[in-house]
Order: sequence, then C-alpha cells, then structure tokens
Amino acid sequence: MSWLKNWTWPSRLRDKGIIGMNRRNIRYIGRYNPRRLYPLVDDKLKTKLIAQRYGITTPELIGTVTTQFGVKHIDKMLSGHAGFVIKPAKGSGGKGILVIENVQDRAFIKPSGVSLSIEDIERHVSNILSGLYSLGGSPDVAVIETLINFNESLMDYSYEGVPDIRVIVFKGYPVMAMMRLSTAASDGKANLHQGAVGVGLNIATGAALRGVQFDRPCFSHPDTGHDLASLIVPQWNTLLHLAAGCYEMTGLGYLGTDMVLDRKHGPMLLELNARPGLAIQMTNGEGLRRRLDLIEQQPDGIPVAERVAFAQHHFARKSELVETPDTSSTTA
Amino acid sequence: MSRLPFYLIVGLLLLVGIAASVHRHVQFEIPWLPGEQRQVWEIEAVINFNAQDGPVQVDLALPSHQAGYRVLTENTASSGYGLAYKADEFGRQAVWTIRDAAGSQQLYYSVQMLVSPDARSPVQTPPELSSTPPWESPYDTAASQLIDRAWARSANNATFARELILDINSDRQEENARLLLTQEQPSALIVRLLNQAGVNAREVSGLLMEDGRRRQTLSSWIQVFDESAETWSLFNPASGEEGKPDNLLLWETGGRAVLEVQGGTNSRVTFSMLTHYQPASAAVRNHYSDNTLLNFSIHSLPLEEQALFQTILLIPIGALVVVFLRVLVGVKTSGTFMPVLIALAFIQTTLLTGLIGFLLIVAMGLIIRNYLSYLNLLLVARVSAVIITVIAIISIFTVIAYRMGLSAGLTVTFFPMIILAWTIERMSILWEEEGPKQVLIQGGGSLLTAVLAFLAMNNPWVRHITFNFLGVQFILMALILLLGNYTGYRLLELRRFKPITDEEKTS
Repeated sequence: MSWLKNWTWPSRLRDKGIIGMNRRNIRYIGRYNPRRLYPLVDDKLKTKLIAQRYGITTPELIGTVTTQFGVKHIDKMLSGHAGFVIKPAKGSGGKGILVIENVQDRAFIKPSGVSLSIEDIERHVSNILSGLYSLGGSPDVAVIETLINFNESLMDYSYEGVPDIRVIVFKGYPVMAMMRLSTAASDGKANLHQGAVGVGLNIATGAALRGVQFDRPCFSHPDTGHDLASLIVPQWNTLLHLAAGCYEMTGLGYLGTDMVLDRKHGPMLLELNARPGLAIQMTNGEGLRRRLDLIEQQPDGIPVAERVAFAQHHFARKSELVETPDTSSTTA
Repeated sequence: MSRLPFYLIVGLLLLVGIAASVHRHVQFEIPWLPGEQRQVWEIEAVINFNAQDGPVQVDLALPSHQAGYRVLTENTASSGYGLAYKADEFGRQAVWTIRDAAGSQQLYYSVQMLVSPDARSPVQTPPELSSTPPWESPYDTAASQLIDRAWARSANNATFARELILDINSDRQEENARLLLTQEQPSALIVRLLNQAGVNAREVSGLLMEDGRRRQTLSSWIQVFDESAETWSLFNPASGEEGKPDNLLLWETGGRAVLEVQGGTNSRVTFSMLTHYQPASAAVRNHYSDNTLLNFSIHSLPLEEQALFQTILLIPIGALVVVFLRVLVGVKTSGTFMPVLIALAFIQTTLLTGLIGFLLIVAMGLIIRNYLSYLNLLLVARVSAVIITVIAIISIFTVIAYRMGLSAGLTVTFFPMIILAWTIERMSILWEEEGPKQVLIQGGGSLLTAVLAFLAMNNPWVRHITFNFLGVQFILMALILLLGNYTGYRLLELRRFKPITDEEKTS
C-alpha cells in the first residue's frame, strides 16, 4: 500500500485549516468578489489607471498597442528604453509576459540571454492583440511598462527573474504573504508549479518563515545557494499598507495582490488577482481557514493602518528556518 | 445568508423527479430495469408529395402479422383526408383520398410492432402463377439461356432461385444477364425469369430495423414459393442468400407497389424507427391515454424527434460525470464540456475506434498546428486553418480505412470537428507555455472524463432510465445543484496538501 503514503485524510487537512478549491470558490470568491468588479482586475491596464488615481505606485507605463496597425509603430515607442516588459492586459497566470532586459544594436535580450529581433517582438504583440493569451481568447491590448530594477537586497534570492510578493488581502486585512523566487527549473518564471521557490513570509515582519519547492521544504535557493533564513523583505510596512489599500480601490473582498520592490520607487503593485491560488498555504505551512474566520468576525469600515496593525499582531509567527527569532527589530 | 431557499429548490426538484418517475412506473408499467419486457418497434412512415390542384388518392401498403413481428397498434395523421383500410389476399392497404389539394402534402402512418419470435405468418395459399409477358428478340434467347443454365445447376425451386440471382447479380454475371438488365431492374428481372420458368416468385419490400434510424427507405427482396414445404422463402437479391434476417420487417408482400399516388407528383415515402421495451399490455394502453395532461412524455412526439431526444436526454448524464470528476475528484480537462461531446462521438464510433481515431486526429493536428505557429497568423485565421486541417485528416483517415477494408474507420466522421480544432489549438498553446507534461495531464484528464462519460451514457440501464423516465432529469438537476454547493476537499487535494500534514508529525 505504498501509494497510500502520498495521500492524507480530509480530517487532517481540516485540522490544519487548509482551504480547498471548492471552498475557496464558493465561500470566499463567490461571496466576497462581486462579478461586476472583475474587469477591474482582469484588465491590467484598468488596474494600473485606477491604482494611479488611488496613489498606489505601479511600474511606469511606456505605452499601449491596441490595433494590429499600431504593431508596426512599436519600434518607435520602444526606442530609448533599455529594458521593458510587454504583457497582455487580460492575460492570466503570467502567460504572454515578455521581459526584455537590455537592447543592443536592435537586438532585444531576454533575462535568459536569448536575443530577439524586432520582428519577434512584433509577432508577440500581434499574438497578444489577437487574444492568444487572454481569458477566453477575446481580443486584447498589449501593455508596455518599464522594467523594474528590483532591490539589490533580494538579488541573491532570484535566478533570472523578478521575485514578487503575493499578499492575500481579505476584507482589507493582509492575511497571508509569500515570496516567489524564480529558479532555473522554473525558467525564470515565478510560477510555483513550474519549480519556483515559494517562501512563506511573516505578516508581522516580512521575514521568511519557510521555503518550499515542488511542495517539499527547502532551505536555500537551489541556483544561487543563498540561505533563505536571512531573507527579510525591506519596506515591509509600506508594502502591507499598499496591499491593504487595494481593498478600497477594487471593492473585492478576497484579493491576491502581487507586489515587487523597486530600487528607486519601493514597493509597487504589479497586478491584482480576483482568484488567488491556494499554494500560499503550502509555502506558509498553514491553512488560511483560521485567519479568514478571525477576519470575518471583524466589523467593516476600519482604516487601513488599523487593519495592518491588527493583522501584524494576530498573524505573527516564528520562523521555521532559524533557531532564534531575532527579526522583531527589523520592521521598517 | 440563508441557504434555505436553495435546499427547498433541491428538495422540490428531487420530489418532482421521484414522483414523476414513480407515476410513470405505476401508471404505464414501465419497468425500472431494461430487458425484462417485450421489445416494441415504433415505425413511422412519412409520405411526401406535391398535389396538383385536384382530387388525390394515395395508396400505401401496410405491414401485416408475420414471422417474428406482430402488429400492435397503428395510427395515421392526415388533416382533411378521408381514410380507409383495405385488405385482400395480397395484403393490407391504407387509402387516403381528398377532393381538392394543392402544394406540398405530408401524410403520416405509424405502427407499433411487437417483436415475438413465435409469431407465424398467416396461412399461405399457393398462388396462381402470374402470366409473364413474352420477351422480344434478342432478349428471348438470352432469357431462356439464363434459365436453362441455372435450371441445370439446381435441384429445386430454392436452389434454382439462388443460381439465377447469382447469375444476374454477382461476379458471375455474363453477357446474357447484362443484356437483360438493360430492360429491367435486377429484382424485377429475377422475378420475371423465375415466373417464366414456372416458379412462383414475387418481389417484396422490407425495412431493415435499426434503433434510432431516420429517413430510411425500403429495400427490395425476393420471395420464392417452395412447392414441397408450401411456404414462401425469402432471398436477398444482392447475394442470393436464403432466409430472413432477424431485423427485417416485410412491409409489402403482395408484389404490388408500396406507394401509389394519383393526382400528385414527386411522391416518396420514408421511414423512421425506434425501439423500446414495454409490456405488451401497456403498449396498447399507451395508445389510449395519449391525450391526458399527465402523460407528459417525449413518447407523444413524432418518432423522428423521439430518436433525437434519446441522445439529447443522455447529455445531462455526461454533464453529471464532468461535474463529479471536476468538483469531487479535481481532474483537469481541456475545455469544460469537450469530454461530453467526445463521449457522444464515442457512442457512434464505439470506444476503441473512437479512442484510436481521437488520438490520431489530435496527434496529427498538433504536428500541423506546430508548423502553423511559425507562419505568424492571426488567431481566428489560425483556428480556421486548424479546422480545415482536421477535416482533411478525417477525410484521409476515412479513405485509408475504407481502402484497407476497415469499416469501423469510417465512423471518425462523427467527431465534432470544430471542438477538435479548438482542442488542438488549446493543447498546442499549453505545450508551448507549460510543456508536454501539462498536455499529457489535461489531455489524459479529458480522455479519462470522456471514457467515463461514455461508459455512463452507453450503459443500457442508463439509456433505458433516461429515455423512459423524464423525471430523472429533475433528479439529475438536483444532484448537480448539490454538487455545486460542495465546499469540501477534492480527492486530488488530499494528495496535493499532504506535505503540510507531514511536518506536524516530524516537528
């Protein structure tokens, strides 16, 4: 009966407070995310524009391409930018995102070192417009943003990609957070199921709790060899406030916010997700259930700062990576 | 938020469903299980013709009791027409008449035939030999040579008929036969030659019965009177084989025309048929209780629509399988209900042929789609190109299968081509983005779902229940609503989240 070893009992998952897909869909997404608000987060361009209105920093917009005719002029739009990111406005799961780190003699170089011609870029944009990456294949808009110069302190924790921070915001309270580090196995992408390392973060401090790759515990980055125990996200409080503020901005009760840390501009909102995945429970080694239950008992209409303080007080945890937790003084 | 209204609706649906099913079971004696009852064929003949603005008379030959089948009930539908049934030694006929009709006309005749293996044909009188018109030269010598040759190689009427059929309709066909075939249809020629040789024979029309068939026509058969046994024996005019196939219903046995229309043009008659199981007594009662409101049943529809519904009513079963696998198990499929459509195609193709055909088409399609992605096309154009590719692949497979004598291969045309094209497109994108492993997971999940849906939909008991008890649809609806309310873990999540529960033990 060796194959049974890979399975567990529903009662044990329930004891751990793990939330399954069905519960997430019915109890949280179905109840707290009104359908009419979805377009706001499913369209990255709309998210960006509304974020600017609410004073939430996002990567700078270089331009958009909305027609196949406009594809021919993309060359002009890109000139003068050393690095940029092209993404479909309605893409999902990181599909169709093209990162160009450097431009040399009309050759566009991806983080992996592969070089693309302007025709390759045009074809990619044309594919985006025809809806190849959008939900349901509907026609789409290509959004071009400046490349994020991510914070050096996190440089050692990532291989070829930008590490991003996912914070689950429930009714405006940040309930759980993790960092996704791209690896060689994940091909520079920050998708956990492709082999990126997920690091659970302490809501109180932004320090690493535990690392997970392919659902198994891991203690250092597999490519850079850097110890995960020393990972602390700088400007953690600002980041939490930014994430929590997305609740007022979108009105969505159960929200996944993806943030990055820019060298110059600090925490930035990359995108929002109205259907955030459940892998964050694996990286934190803890189910969402208890935290969500606690938040559901809280009254509405509490200001952002109080919500963040509440979450930091109630959801603080000890790291599983270090013996002596000395991270309490690093909240910046 | 109260869930009470939800449970009320589910409860109501369950109640209605169960009550309707029990009512049908009690009132119409429809059994819960298939097979314990008699098989009844419902056959509907539709006569179409264009009336020529004047009096019209339509004669349609009707089937009688015969070996293997018994007539239960018959109905006609023909607004404005006078109707009379005639019966004589050659068989029964329905005669429709009207004083004045113009334009396209439709007349309906439907009959319920009970399958009863012990039914015998009525007493057979040795008929008088009908006189045959003499042949003109040079056909007369050809005819007598054919007769002499077959006569010499045969021992009695039956073997004589077989030899003659083979001489005219098989590879043995010679110049004489070819010459005579310029004058007569094969079956008519065989009968004429048999009569000329003094053997009692006639051309009859029969219907090959297959469940759910629509727009069928009658086929021609030859009956030869066996002097010694004093019975008619039946021959297939194409192969010369003797004996009646089990699924052959003789529609007209008097040697007369099946349909005669006076005062109309372009007349034709087509047949739809359907089989179901019910007690013979209930079959009769069904006929009389047609008009009650409570008899809300698709069995009151014309047969052609009923045959269509037999398939349509199975789709909720497929949907239930999909919901079950996705909500309770967590299987990933490519396209939510694509597996149901594939399963419907499997019903037509049979499972093994369907699986092989599906895999071949999708594999070929993926290879060609891979090339298309180099051409840098717009999405709609590319998917359209994939659709044409799929059609081309299906055509090529069909032709190859036919050439190799694999008649099973011909059924690949039942696959929904646009769905296949989208499947190929989606798999191809998945391959580029997530690698072949995800393609295998989602493709395998889709195929597994399709096979399970097929097994559920093709089960004789399920087919019997869904077709005969419409109330089951309410029960299915209630079940799907309940599954849509399930917040527990999926089976595969017990594996996915296993590592979390592990560490509790070790630490």
